[in-house]
Amino acid sequence: MRKDLGFRLGTGVFGLVLILIVAAIGVELVRQSWLSIQKFGLGFWRTDIWDPVSGEFGALPFIWGTLYSSVLALAISTPIALGIAVFISELCPARLKQPLVFLTELLAAIPSIVYGLWGVFVLVPLVREFELWIPDSWREWTLFSGPPVGVGMLSAALILAIMVIPFSSSVAREVLKSVPVAQREGAYALGATRFEAISAALYYARTGIVGSVMLGFGRALGETMAVTMVIGNNPQVSMSLFAPQYTMAAVIANEFTEAADELYLHALIEIGLVLFVITLIVNFLSRLLIWSMARSARKQVRAAVHTAEPVAAL
Amino acid sequence: MSMWWRKFVSAAFVAFCGASVLLALVPLAFILFFVVSQGIQALNFEFFTSMPKPVGEEGGGMGNAIVGTLMLTGLGSLFAIPIGIVSGIYMAEYAGSRFSATIRFAADTLNGVPSIVVGVFVYGIAVLPFKQFSALAGGLALGIMMIPIIARTTEELLLLVPSTMREGALALGATRARAVFSVVLPAAAPGIITGVVLALARIAGETAPLLFTSFNNRFFTTSMTQPIASLTVQVFTYAISPYEDWHRQAWAGALVLVMIVLVCSLLARLATRRLEGMVRN
Repeated sequence: MRKDLGFRLGTGVFGLVLILIVAAIGVELVRQSWLSIQKFGLGFWRTDIWDPVSGEFGALPFIWGTLYSSVLALAISTPIALGIAVFISELCPARLKQPLVFLTELLAAIPSIVYGLWGVFVLVPLVREFELWIPDSWREWTLFSGPPVGVGMLSAALILAIMVIPFSSSVAREVLKSVPVAQREGAYALGATRFEAISAALYYARTGIVGSVMLGFGRALGETMAVTMVIGNNPQVSMSLFAPQYTMAAVIANEFTEAADELYLHALIEIGLVLFVITLIVNFLSRLLIWSMARSARKQVRAAVHTAEPVAAL
Repeated sequence: MSMWWRKFVSAAFVAFCGASVLLALVPLAFILFFVVSQGIQALNFEFFTSMPKPVGEEGGGMGNAIVGTLMLTGLGSLFAIPIGIVSGIYMAEYAGSRFSATIRFAADTLNGVPSIVVGVFVYGIAVLPFKQFSALAGGLALGIMMIPIIARTTEELLLLVPSTMREGALALGATRARAVFSVVLPAAAPGIITGVVLALARIAGETAPLLFTSFNNRFFTTSMTQPIASLTVQVFTYAISPYEDWHRQAWAGALVLVMIVLVCSLLARLATRRLEGMVRN
């Protein structure tokens, strides 16, 4: 046993390093943004002025841009991702399953910079066409106001949606897998159609499904390169889909090496801190949901086995 | 509700699910088509061997950036692979303990940290104190992103190894360390290598953590303490430039990146297939 203690400590130290890295990220972000935290306090979160020349910094436009683009992206990607998850796990012929999983996961493997390049030269011109094509009467609505330049919120949301689909759909697929088969078989036995049986399974898996969507949300929040290249990089709080806006990740990527004075740098690092905190919360909640779903599924299977036992004994 | 209506809703739902698969595959095909058709035009032998040319001069390549990407991913894996695999071993061997749950939580958290934030962190610990962008800092940033992927893959694969193998080794009087390193780990090795290859492919395509750690360099260098070029940062620089010729080079760089990813995931897929076959037997 004593020899095993050495093994346990020896391997545990490496695990400790992992934990320390996460802790160090938090500590370091606070330490490096201290000037800005002290100067602006909580006002940093709700001020919408970003003026490096006069030393006025507020993160609101960037927080807004990040949240708005991610929510729009999820609104587009969620139905598609769930459709894919259902199709692969419930509907498609067994032979198609592996290739389809491979292809959707390839979507996640393409580097973000490649998405960005494609976005700049292919997607943005298409979006500009669309913005020029819409009827003039639509332009009165806030959603479609703004200059039809192509780069802006709509392009960013579209590219984010494509990038997030594989994440949500692969987790949703895993969640659907953990729904007991008896759930669906029971529905079919009662004469349910395919849709009714599957929606029963989806309802059963609802917490896990919400978790999978939130995991995609976490990804969208932190996405940097592709968004930076198509969103237009203009700090403003606007509901317009066409307006060029900015995100937290994008402003760090663009301005970090230009930040000449210390306060500017600290303000940028504080934006990194805000992004870190938000993704931490989102990821934590999504894992909690997925985990509680998996646990309750296991418990119910166990309960089902217990009630089934007397029958089997007969 | 009539039977007819219920059947109609069901058919519409099935059609929607099928359509969403197509809807996701369209952008994939669209992206791959453009990367290949645009990239192939500027991709030649010179692209791999020569240095970037100044604006206005035709030709030139990304030889230095390709070497840079190889060096940065190599540096990253140098410390990420041991930390990742060994902490994976701990999580699998002491799966029930509170400390292993903490490591797992830390790994999942680190996996969710945006890559740009990792860049900011490494800037604070490895660039600012030395007042110098460096290949070492870039490698550190990439390595930090690799660790959680490798740790979680190792854990999952070790838990797949039948417990009878571990128990057999222990019953023969082997210590825990012996059982792990000469029985359990070798059994899971093909899968772990697959995980490492996938992690490598993923971080070779990262741009954001390199922007202000390894920065960029127009010249060829293998120095650890100097800024160094990388494929991804070079593609970014070229893509946002106003020059036609640089855009062509950016597409070629993107094609090389996509090829790296494709080859790695195909290899990984073949390996997992063999592994699945072994487990079934």
